[in-house]
Amino acid sequence: MIKLQRLNKVYGKGAAAVEALRDVNLSINEGEFVAMMGPSGSGKSTCMNILGCLDTPNSGHYLFQDTPVEDMSRNQRALLRRHFIGFVFQGFNLLARTTALENVELPLVYRRIPRAQRHAQARSALASVGLEGREHHTPAELSGGQQQRVAIARALVTQPSVLLADEPTGNLDSARGHEIMELLSKLNREQDITIIMVTHEADIAAYAQRVIHFLDGRIQPEQGN
Amino acid sequence: MWWSALSLALKEIRRNLLRSGLTMLGIIIGVAAVITMVTMGNGTTAKITAQIENLGSNMLILRPGQRFLRGSRAAAKPLDLSDSEALRRELSSISAAAAITNRPMSIIYGNTNWTTSVTGMENDYVVVRNWAISAGRNITDGEQRAGAPACLLGETVRRELFSYQDAIGETIRLGKIACEVIGILTSKGQSTMGSDQDDVVLIPLRAHWRLISGGQNVSHIYLSGRDGVDTNKARRDIELLMRERRHIGAGDEDDFNVIDMKEITKTMTGTTEVMTSLLGAVAAVSLVVGGIGIMNIMLVSVTERTREIGIRLAIGALEREVQRQFLVEAVVLSSVGGMIGIGLALVASYFIAAAINIPLILDGSIILLAFFFSALVGVVFGYFPARKAARLDPIEALRHE
Ligand SMILES: Nc1ncnc2c1ncn2[C@@H]1O[C@H](COP(=O)(O)OP(=O)(O)OP(=O)(O)O)[C@@H](O)[C@H]1O
Ligand SMILES: [Mg+2]
Repeated sequence: MIKLQRLNKVYGKGAAAVEALRDVNLSINEGEFVAMMGPSGSGKSTCMNILGCLDTPNSGHYLFQDTPVEDMSRNQRALLRRHFIGFVFQGFNLLARTTALENVELPLVYRRIPRAQRHAQARSALASVGLEGREHHTPAELSGGQQQRVAIARALVTQPSVLLADEPTGNLDSARGHEIMELLSKLNREQDITIIMVTHEADIAAYAQRVIHFLDGRIQPEQGN
Repeated sequence: MWWSALSLALKEIRRNLLRSGLTMLGIIIGVAAVITMVTMGNGTTAKITAQIENLGSNMLILRPGQRFLRGSRAAAKPLDLSDSEALRRELSSISAAAAITNRPMSIIYGNTNWTTSVTGMENDYVVVRNWAISAGRNITDGEQRAGAPACLLGETVRRELFSYQDAIGETIRLGKIACEVIGILTSKGQSTMGSDQDDVVLIPLRAHWRLISGGQNVSHIYLSGRDGVDTNKARRDIELLMRERRHIGAGDEDDFNVIDMKEITKTMTGTTEVMTSLLGAVAAVSLVVGGIGIMNIMLVSVTERTREIGIRLAIGALEREVQRQFLVEAVVLSSVGGMIGIGLALVASYFIAAAINIPLILDGSIILLAFFFSALVGVVFGYFPARKAARLDPIEALRHE
């Protein structure tokens, strides 16, 4: 479903240039649950942004369901994000001064879902991450972990075919973290959602079927287990 | 989608109520100024037109001397009664003609006196000047021929001499001459030039000659163009006939002149119309300035909301959807401003019209135009910021802080 071929990403120019990804090759099948690990600054978020069609590599190919993303127009990539991808950002990226419910509804608005259905779907997504009763709070009125769960609900509410989650449990206590992981595993099992997740915690990564290790922008050869 | 863009825009405007209000201020003032200026201009034009028509419709005035006085007016040959008779008899483009002569005099009734101009006139004068009789009767042809001492009083003179008393049938004195009041003229009020049109005493021309001026002097001839005939044609006819009667050679200039009240109306209303357009144009400039204010605030807003735009784009908003959101916001701002401006203009026009005593003439098309223009200002000046927002790179926008 997802294929990266000899992907390179360089930030900056000349002496200040940072090679965030070097010759990355990666292939992920439909319905897989993959975890990415690696030290800070090793290129995990950069890779996620490219997988989420938010950023473009300097060279290499990205095939999404056999379609080369680099040949798509800006609008085509936007539509791909809208209809196939759910993204949990490392920094949450919720709309400020906007309630949790409205934040979760946002992707449904762009999918032209009627208002009533939108409300219902957003409420149940919030409930699934344990946030019932917090629908009308704005991000400023929520704790870091609660904000993170709103971000997860927003990514899940559309039932995307691919869920990209950049440290989805980074701000959660381990009990909450495991609850979220149970939810993701269930979605992966029951709805066949492909999940790619970045994490620093081995016990979180253990939920995944496969772990990819990053180091200095390169993917380490997989040590079979 | 348009609907959700609209509700989003309203929400955003409400969220920053003070700033939105200040942003709209330019448009509010611009629209209010345009409509108020045009309304005032139209009212003034209407008032002037009404006043001039009140002087006498299709009125032309013939007087001796050149139009632009070169040398002495006294040198020109005076007019006489046969001129008005000939004009009346020979010109089909003329419906009435009246020779008149004036003299300021002291008018006495009992122990009140009042100084005004006593006009000796042919009966057509009442017709040409559009006067009606509010009490009593008109001067008859018999009285006219005989030069009978019968007089018509303007409303001002009646009020000054008689106040609440009945004037009809009373005898007043014009200097030393006794004269019977046979009729009162309906009030016409002030003329455009500010003179009181009701401050008159009219007597038969021959009575004036016989009892007051003692000659056969005619100072002006007042004429009415026939209804449906171009007053320019009437004027040319008068000029041709008068040149012939006064034996003016082919190359020589007229030694008389004809004033066409229509021309004066046109000149005066033309002036106020030019003033109206000018003021309207100046006010329209303020609308453009208001538009620049909107652009300014929208650009600030785009910068401020870069993260929001980034989130929307990342979630799958299309360029045109983001653009529409910001464009709708600008248009809503400017057209709400336009509506408030219209309201303000209506209130301001009402009070100003009442204060300077002109009719309130609201021009729906100008109001509509001002509104559409304000919306257009939103489209034009909102386009650039909206474009800027839509073109943002999602990942760059998300990193913005
Ligand atoms: N916008 C940018 N401009 C310049 N350099 C960048 C930019 N974004 C990332 N980098 C650099 O690219 C490298 C990879 O960054 P990335 O965010 O992918 O790391 P990461 O693996 O997600 O780290 P963490 O675990 O801390 O989130 C880092 O060295 C970082 O400094
Ligand atoms: Mg990261």
